[in-house]
Amino acid sequence: MSDDIQKEVAPEEAVQKEAVKKAAAKKEAVPKEDAANEVETLDYMIVSSSPHLFDDNSIKKIMWTVNLTLAPAVIFSIYYFGLQALITLLAGSLSAVAFEAASQKIMKKKITIDDGSAFLCGLLLAMCLPPAVPIFVPIVGSFIAIVVAKHSMGGLGYNIFNPAHIGRAALMVSWPVLMTSWTTITTAADVTTSATPLNILKLQGYEAVVNTFGSQTELYKALFLGLRNGSIGETCVVLLTLGGLFLIYKRIIDWVVPVTMIGTVGVLTWMFGGTNGILSGDPLFHMMAGGLIIGAFFMATDMVTTPITRKGKVIFAAGAGIITVLIRLLGGYPEGVCYSILLMNCVTPLIDRYIQPTLYGRGEIG
Amino acid sequence: MKRYWDIFSKGLVLENPIFVLALSLCPALAVTTSVVNALTMGLTVTFVISMNNLIVSIFRNWVNPKVRVPIYITSIATIVTVAELLLKAFAPLLYKELGIYLSLVVVFAIILARAEVFASKNRPVPSFIDGFGMGAGFTLAMLIVGVIRELFGNGTILGYTVLGSWYPPALIFIMAPGAFILIGYLVGAWNIWSARIEKAKGERGETI
Repeated sequence: MSDDIQKEVAPEEAVQKEAVKKAAAKKEAVPKEDAANEVETLDYMIVSSSPHLFDDNSIKKIMWTVNLTLAPAVIFSIYYFGLQALITLLAGSLSAVAFEAASQKIMKKKITIDDGSAFLCGLLLAMCLPPAVPIFVPIVGSFIAIVVAKHSMGGLGYNIFNPAHIGRAALMVSWPVLMTSWTTITTAADVTTSATPLNILKLQGYEAVVNTFGSQTELYKALFLGLRNGSIGETCVVLLTLGGLFLIYKRIIDWVVPVTMIGTVGVLTWMFGGTNGILSGDPLFHMMAGGLIIGAFFMATDMVTTPITRKGKVIFAAGAGIITVLIRLLGGYPEGVCYSILLMNCVTPLIDRYIQPTLYGRGEIG
Repeated sequence: MKRYWDIFSKGLVLENPIFVLALSLCPALAVTTSVVNALTMGLTVTFVISMNNLIVSIFRNWVNPKVRVPIYITSIATIVTVAELLLKAFAPLLYKELGIYLSLVVVFAIILARAEVFASKNRPVPSFIDGFGMGAGFTLAMLIVGVIRELFGNGTILGYTVLGSWYPPALIFIMAPGAFILIGYLVGAWNIWSARIEKAKGERGETI
């Protein structure tokens, strides 16, 4: 009995000793930490013009919030598409982080991989890929997104184009066959290749889409819940919308962008999408199919590559919607969200130049 | 001799037509999909540019400045026709491959620029060497772009398989966007390189 007590006590003593040792070590380390803090705070002592509003938002906070809002859709797609989707997503996001660290190291800049922007970029890129692509595809895509589209332009905040979409566009040009092979898991062991709803629409027409899913209600249900073929992250409309609404609630994105973009696509496809003349299209189908939801909520709202003012954002979103509809209805590709956002990225500086807010006291009365 | 070498070598690196002067980017984008095409185009342009510089330089004192450009064009067109006929006779397949771009050599900016900037003001021999240097620089640039594009876009060099079947060819290198991106990066690399050369020359006290 007494032996037991002694044994119990002994480790406790050891632990205490350890703690004392640790505290001592900490004391020694304190000056170092202080020095580090000083350097850190110097980063925030920026001389800038007004407004001098202070907000506790930071790149880190915003980026990880966006990552978090994507999580439900990501988890759903891993559940729906299986392990291959997980591998693609991991390869995309992790390699993006690695490329970010490497390019910042080569350019002798401060390494900022913990701010989550590279992770987000890689994740969004992987979400725009078909689930069963070979593993090199997301890695090459991340390379193009991070090294070519982001750091060659000067890093975060200086890139003209949405890096994730540049990556996807380059992959689309490089390996068109791999990038358009859509797979579904019908049973646990059986994988078949079949077309996405928009592919069927392009090749066989609207009736064929409805027939594939059984009825129009079934079609809407499949699109809304994400039970269909497509890129990894674009399928589940309901979870993506929830994530987007959370971002709007957090005021990270402006609600006018998704509303304008999705609305433009809806109205235009309703007017011109049908085969029986004007106003016979199916706007709901077009709004939920393809990558429109993820594009409108997460790509067209990118802070770097879209206009600053609200008026500019509306123009941007409407333009992207119009180009999307043009590509879907008249172009050669079945889906055009990626290209429409990239094309509108081109004119963002122009929009910003012409849509400038009136200076206080300089505007006309009335 | 040193003077002639300077005239020749400036076309290679410090005044490379494609990477530094950024003239004649069109062929650099359009015909560099394979090494053979790039090399043929480079040699054709070298031939045309040096012959044209020679002719323009010989006749420089008899040409009225007011009509100099039409005369340059006439001279270039003549030489290009010669080159075209030669290719058609001795390498019909290449002729077919290069197609319209061979005739377009007539309006390549670099040829007109060298006639205007150098040949119309200098004696025939330096002019010929200047044209030859510029042509060599053009060929060098075309070769660099061509090798990279064929290697990554097709997995081959000069038609021989270099990257085996494990390599899935990235079609972007064969298409125009890949060429734009690649040339952008090569211009950047070239700037770093020529800045180093100029620095070294400056340290040695030579005039650049």
